Amino acid sequence: MSQTAIAIPPPTERHGLRRLGGAVSDTIAMAGRNLITYRRVPQLLVFSTIQPVIFVLLFRYVFGGAVSSSLSVPYVDYLMPGIFVQLTVFGAIGTAIGLATDLKSGLLERFRSLPMARSGVLAGRTIADLARNVFVMALVSVVGFAVGFRVHTNALLFLAGIALVLMFAYALSWVFAFVGLAVGDPETAQAAAFPIIAPLVFASSAFVPVETMPGWLQAFADYQPVSVTASAVRALVLGGPTTSYVLQSLAWIAGIIILSAPIAVRRYRRAL
Amino acid sequence: MAKGDSAITVEGLTKRFGSVVALDGIDFGVTTGTVFGLLGPNGAGKTTAIRVLTTILTPDGGRAEVLGHDVVREAEAVRYRIGLAGQFAAVDPNLTGHENLRLVGRLAQMPRGSIRPRSEELLERFGLADAADRPVRTYSGGMRRRLDVAAALVQRPPVLFLDEPTTGLDLHSRNALWAMIRELVADGTTVLLTTQYLEEADRLAHRIAVVDVGRVIAEGTPSELKARLGHTVIEIGMSQEADALRAQAVLSGFASGSPDREGTTIRLASGDGPRFLMEVLRSLDAQGLAPATLGVREPSLDDVFLTLTGRHAEPVASPEKQAAPIRGAR
Repeated sequence: MSQTAIAIPPPTERHGLRRLGGAVSDTIAMAGRNLITYRRVPQLLVFSTIQPVIFVLLFRYVFGGAVSSSLSVPYVDYLMPGIFVQLTVFGAIGTAIGLATDLKSGLLERFRSLPMARSGVLAGRTIADLARNVFVMALVSVVGFAVGFRVHTNALLFLAGIALVLMFAYALSWVFAFVGLAVGDPETAQAAAFPIIAPLVFASSAFVPVETMPGWLQAFADYQPVSVTASAVRALVLGGPTTSYVLQSLAWIAGIIILSAPIAVRRYRRAL
Repeated sequence: MAKGDSAITVEGLTKRFGSVVALDGIDFGVTTGTVFGLLGPNGAGKTTAIRVLTTILTPDGGRAEVLGHDVVREAEAVRYRIGLAGQFAAVDPNLTGHENLRLVGRLAQMPRGSIRPRSEELLERFGLADAADRPVRTYSGGMRRRLDVAAALVQRPPVLFLDEPTTGLDLHSRNALWAMIRELVADGTTVLLTTQYLEEADRLAHRIAVVDVGRVIAEGTPSELKARLGHTVIEIGMSQEADALRAQAVLSGFASGSPDREGTTIRLASGDGPRFLMEVLRSLDAQGLAPATLGVREPSLDDVFLTLTGRHAEPVASPEKQAAPIRGAR
């Protein structure tokens, strides 16, 4: 293009601290790109909001009466912390679908030929999905409060509970980033995610106390991350001893990230 | 890099996916400021070669350098110097044309201020200025393809990789892209392109390597290759297979290679088309054989392949297919 007058200075290679700054900048660019998608395809946001709202109404009004007799607090107060946790688990499918779509379309190929930070694509995706979770969580909170949910402690502890759920969501999105890259096809990603999600969400204390489950299932349901995190949020929001559950949940979050992030990054380097 | 230096060096590159050998010790070199064409059918290993050179794939063996940087050990340095337009239009359907180019500019670490004017210039150049602020999902296939090529040019890469760039383009867009490639090369850009079309390689490339099952089976300038592979292809269609068999027998006397028959069609290649065509028609006439159809054309990739390998240029999908005799011999 000899006729162009615009002189483009050659790009500069990055070393040391500039490299770190570059990784942050690439992550922001990628996260921004993913957030534009949520703005352009609002259905994505609408559907990730509809599911938890339906669950709130369904469990509050349909199943709630059957469960509430065994509880010391109103069922809706028991339910909402569980709803917050489960919505992030279902939402994490979006991470898998998004990456599988990019992989299939050839976009990841382009990104990998560019001098961007290797972590940028996955970090940008998981951070954009974190932002989506904040949005959905806010909407679902409003619905929860509208159907009678009340915080028994204080606003600060409620926000701490929400922060814990968001951390849990962020950890999970790395697991599903790996799933998305491993299956490489959006429809398959959706199908592959469900068997991981269903036992985590339903064999848990998210909606009902685990005491009524058979013993062998209780052993799983008591200690798995969704239950632990839901219990931690309940303790923060409804009162009671918080330390043990919060620590257990944080341990799960750290463990999940430490395990799944390197696997996802490795998969990203190899995926095609 | 001065013109004349080697921009791309590939030595004994190998890559396999499970039991499938994609690259089987491929060798070639591309001189700075020239267009090099990798010509071959689907499955020949062209795309794998491009993916290794663009640092997307790690090779199993061999060595490759782009502008003196090893694609494995100095992958980052290579990424600062290349542009890639892959086989699929790798653009985000939910972003606008402008947003797509700006994203690539940012990720290519261009200085902030230069990204927007460069993006606008390219959109103008590729006839996408009117659609610049529309989400790409509203674009036609040809528009997406043009945007994809534009995205490969955002950072003005000194070495450009184009994997079947004109596949799916209409004639007008194809000619526009060809013109643009020539301009880039005139400015000193080195281009490695893959194609299934001999015509495209002939029109654009300074040198061509014909690739088959992960190896270079012929290399040279377009005119060298054409001289080797016969300029003109003559296709004679007979009304009946029996006539075709007789005609094949008659013509096998003087053709440079034995005439290839497929059903009622006989195919011959010659470096001296017009004179050869007259001889062919005279001999057929002398035997009372009248062709039902007659075609004279420049050789296609398929003809080149047939000459070089004795096989048609079909993707090798299964072992049975690989072992099957050439169609013309059935």
